[in-house]
Amino acid sequence: MDTPRVSTLIASDLAVVRGGRAVFRRLGFRLSAGEVLSLEGPNGAGKTSLLRVLAGFLPAFAGRIELILSDDSRLDGDERARLVGWLGHQDGIKPNLSVLENLSFYARLCGQTGADLRGLLEEVGLTRARDLPGQYLSAGMRRRLALARLIVSHRPVWLLDEPLAALDVRGKAMVGNFVTAHCRNGGLVIAATHEALGLDCARLELGAP
Amino acid sequence: MSGFRALLYRDLRLATRAGGGAALALAFFAAVAVLVPLGIGADLKLLGRIAGGVLWVAAILAALLSLDRLFQADYEDGSLDQIALAPMTLETSAAAKIVAHWLTTGLPLTILSPLLALLFDLPVAGYVPLLVSLAIGTPAVSAIGAIGAGLTISIRRGGLILPLLVLPLLSPVVIFGAGVVSAALSGLDNGAIWLLSAFSLAAVCLAPFAAAAAVRLNLAG
Repeated sequence: MDTPRVSTLIASDLAVVRGGRAVFRRLGFRLSAGEVLSLEGPNGAGKTSLLRVLAGFLPAFAGRIELILSDDSRLDGDERARLVGWLGHQDGIKPNLSVLENLSFYARLCGQTGADLRGLLEEVGLTRARDLPGQYLSAGMRRRLALARLIVSHRPVWLLDEPLAALDVRGKAMVGNFVTAHCRNGGLVIAATHEALGLDCARLELGAP
Repeated sequence: MSGFRALLYRDLRLATRAGGGAALALAFFAAVAVLVPLGIGADLKLLGRIAGGVLWVAAILAALLSLDRLFQADYEDGSLDQIALAPMTLETSAAAKIVAHWLTTGLPLTILSPLLALLFDLPVAGYVPLLVSLAIGTPAVSAIGAIGAGLTISIRRGGLILPLLVLPLLSPVVIFGAGVVSAALSGLDNGAIWLLSAFSLAAVCLAPFAAAAAVRLNLAG
């Protein structure tokens, strides 16, 4: 399946309300293909909320989000969701399915039936755990599997919530490499993180007084 | 369509593996159906008369057992976020989950029912109507149950609230479903099967939309 190329993501005047309290307001940014935006800020600053709004899970209280494709068409709402690759707090791994079954389910769900899953598992360092049921994976291995899923989904806009959590040093370097490669292919990355990604990226400080 | 199939196969696989709900629902159905004759005693005439109603109620309760996890399991482990981003509408995903639930509970319950009807000494004329009414009516149970499952996603212990939400909506299914069997036994044609079919058809068509709307609300919560 061909995924359209994205040229720019524009968020303007965003406000998000959670539980009757404004998490943030008047937030705007512009991100072009090949760029990384790192969301920073203390706990509760609204990093996850912003990512969920960008993914379309959470409606914004005010403001707009526009995704401009390389053919100048603009998308929002449901169509935007089809371009988003999501790496959240929860890894979405079924305890009763093996690593390979978990990954192949997501590949087929996203219509990527021809993907080289074994090669991908090798890339994220899970070859030996291929037939292990999800319930026996460590937190870091679950994260690696979630990364493999993110890559297999072939989405141009990556929204990553704490992508480095639970990963070892090599795992963290791997995330950096994946993000770099994704950007080189014309993708966009927005990551909420407490640790530096170790990349050259734009920063957005949330919850600044 | 490939997303629909992927989700359907995954749910079938999860339900039939160890820890899935399919075998549990069947065992529950059998246990209830065995207990009722024990409690009522050896009045075969009475048992034969109530068999349709008891088996219908038992089937619905058994189906409800596994319904509360229909969306909740995916919600809790983050799979639901991924499913919401898949290249198909949430309505399609809900339909896939309803079909999977019916194939792993409604269908096996239907197939098992004649065996359990033996315990009630159901008159011979009642077997086919029982099978047919369960086959037609249980899809409505999965469909309407999915709406309740969608609404109770984020409620812990939602398994207790779900039946309260769903059982009143399922009363037509019980009335017409058991009505099909009793009509056959009394030799009358009361039209129950047509009403059951109409209700089931409407439920199966409309429920994916309602369930998807409920899931959307919870994703935003």
